[in-house]
Amino acid sequence: MAVELMKGNVALAEAAIRAGVEAYFGYPITPQTELLEHMAKRMPELGRAFVQAESEVAAINMVYGAACTGARAMTSSSSPGISLMQEGFSYIAGSEVPCVVVDIMRGGPGLGNIQPSQSDYFQVTRSAGHGDYHAIVLAPASVQEAIDLMVEAFDLADEYRHLVFVVADGLIGQMMEPAELPAMKPIRRPRGDWALTGADGREKNIITSLELNAPDLEELNNRLQAKLAHIREHEQRSTEMLTGDARLIVVGYGTSGRIAETAVKQARREGMKVGLFRPISLWPFPEKRLSALADQVGAFLVVEMNAGQMLDDVRLAAGGQVPVTFYGRTGGMVPMPEEIYDEIVTQYNKLTTSAV
Amino acid sequence: MATTAMVEEKVVYQRPESLESIPTHYCPGCTHGVAHRLVAEVLDELGVRERTIGVSPVGCSVFAYKYFNTDGAEAAHGRAPAMATGIKRIMPDRVVFTYQGDGDLAAIGIAEIVHAATRGENFTTIFINNAIYGMTGGQMAPTTLPGQRTTSSPVGRDVELTGFPIRMAELLSGAPGAAYVVRRSLHNVKEINRAKRAIKTAFEVQLAGLGFSMVELLSACPTGWKVTPPEAMDWIEQQMVPYYPLGDYKIADGVEQLAKRR
Amino acid sequence: MAKGRIEINEDHCKGCSLCVIACPQNVIELATDRVNAKGYYPAMLVDPEGNCTGCAICAVACPDVCITVYRQVPVKASSAAAAL
Repeated sequence: MAVELMKGNVALAEAAIRAGVEAYFGYPITPQTELLEHMAKRMPELGRAFVQAESEVAAINMVYGAACTGARAMTSSSSPGISLMQEGFSYIAGSEVPCVVVDIMRGGPGLGNIQPSQSDYFQVTRSAGHGDYHAIVLAPASVQEAIDLMVEAFDLADEYRHLVFVVADGLIGQMMEPAELPAMKPIRRPRGDWALTGADGREKNIITSLELNAPDLEELNNRLQAKLAHIREHEQRSTEMLTGDARLIVVGYGTSGRIAETAVKQARREGMKVGLFRPISLWPFPEKRLSALADQVGAFLVVEMNAGQMLDDVRLAAGGQVPVTFYGRTGGMVPMPEEIYDEIVTQYNKLTTSAV
Repeated sequence: MATTAMVEEKVVYQRPESLESIPTHYCPGCTHGVAHRLVAEVLDELGVRERTIGVSPVGCSVFAYKYFNTDGAEAAHGRAPAMATGIKRIMPDRVVFTYQGDGDLAAIGIAEIVHAATRGENFTTIFINNAIYGMTGGQMAPTTLPGQRTTSSPVGRDVELTGFPIRMAELLSGAPGAAYVVRRSLHNVKEINRAKRAIKTAFEVQLAGLGFSMVELLSACPTGWKVTPPEAMDWIEQQMVPYYPLGDYKIADGVEQLAKRR
Repeated sequence: MAKGRIEINEDHCKGCSLCVIACPQNVIELATDRVNAKGYYPAMLVDPEGNCTGCAICAVACPDVCITVYRQVPVKASSAAAAL
């Protein structure tokens, strides 16, 4: 495959197609609409299912239905639409069917605006619907990584029969970058033995999240939690730069991680021992690696495009060993590298003075 | 040889294969059981049990998937038509149906049913209209009749405050993608037999790929209405049928030919 | 008139009486001397004169699919011979 210039949203859509998605259901919302538009053109060309639903509520429940047949199914939306889909997320998690959801986050709360934001970290990592579960959440920082994680998202969804988010913001969704798409994968066959395909020559299959008997529902929850514990142990993903000798590590994901990279490089040029840690899986949060880093650094500086959400996870991973400070912008404001650099200088100076 | 007539005993009615042999949780005299049986008989007669996928609603029939001997899914409240859309789009050669009550279909799920019908989704909906929310204990439904007492309209439904009950068959008959939309009742044997013929036609419409099909069934809720089962049947006939006239509301081109072929 | 009989699955019966009022021969009654496991008075065939015709109207009315209907039909000559 050749490297070509691609818009993030289109790259996400085409990557899903290459990964063998059989059904896309969605509703237009800025800043992810190009993803839906690409699907509207490509899916019928390939003889696959595309429906522009009447709402995000309907879209996620169509995904739920398609996923019940064992097909690779997905939707995409942005923050207010993701709020509407929470019902479906919960049923999908409860009945353990695989599906993939793309969330191109925008500024909130409420209707907010259409500017890039990371203000739905809590929503996707903590409370993607009622009940006791986490979704797997992957956060790319470039168009190429968006493509790679999109393919991986479908594999993870299938492997764990679970809900997987790919979350980015309008900046990654809208920007054009050179990237390379994977080869087209064949549509997955046969369907899983759990799938709804008609009870021909076998006992009937039922897919439900309903269990009125409390001991049985507890057992179901225990099974779900065991699965999530396994995911937590095995699926933590992160990348880092210049952390080996770092006294201060900046922690940021997606767009804020990418901007922080520029600021960290600037700080290095100025002789400061600063590194970057970029979580790729937001759930499971890469706590193992971050905890190890907490043993060797003086402080963490968390940078997000929100009021401080991943901050909680970094604090938990740091376990009170070192100070964890925060720099963020909200409302769709994207921090400039200079702002982050200034904050690095402030925090770094605190370290050197306190060390004296 | 003896001249007495030789006779043998034949089974003329027994439980259909598409219905599990387990007792239902429905109240005495609730006609959900009749509707279940009719759907199961039709699936048997059409020979499609092994390739049928049912979608259950939230409401009294939340456990319909336990009773039908077919593959089944349990939808969120009102979302069965969306789920059925997802299933049918992936597996167009399977028989897909939703089974929904009036709260599920006519209140919380009205967007999903209207748009499924509008798109002409090729599945069948069995719509149980019993003018009340049964599962939660008898609250006012969008189909509750004017003046009808429920636990949330304790002095009777006041249309000045709550509007008039919604007529779904009439509403959905206006959807371009709807091929077959009819209303039947389950209050006596004659009407039950007519309801079964309609359900069969609805599934045949789907098998012929003609588009969305729905059979609305006026159904009894003796517990919610606080009457005996026989009184409930009279109540359907005397109170519900005048507001919800039985009949065919949408018969698209091609449907008549199906009936003739049978 | 054809001769018939019905069997009622008493464990599934909820005593709703819809079969009782549907039966054209008035040969179904609710038990008054016993209840089933769920506490309902089950329906039963009371047909000392053999009036049940096996018309299956009760089964059509029954919301709980409790009723199996049998009807006596003449045996064709060939199958009668085979039976002998």
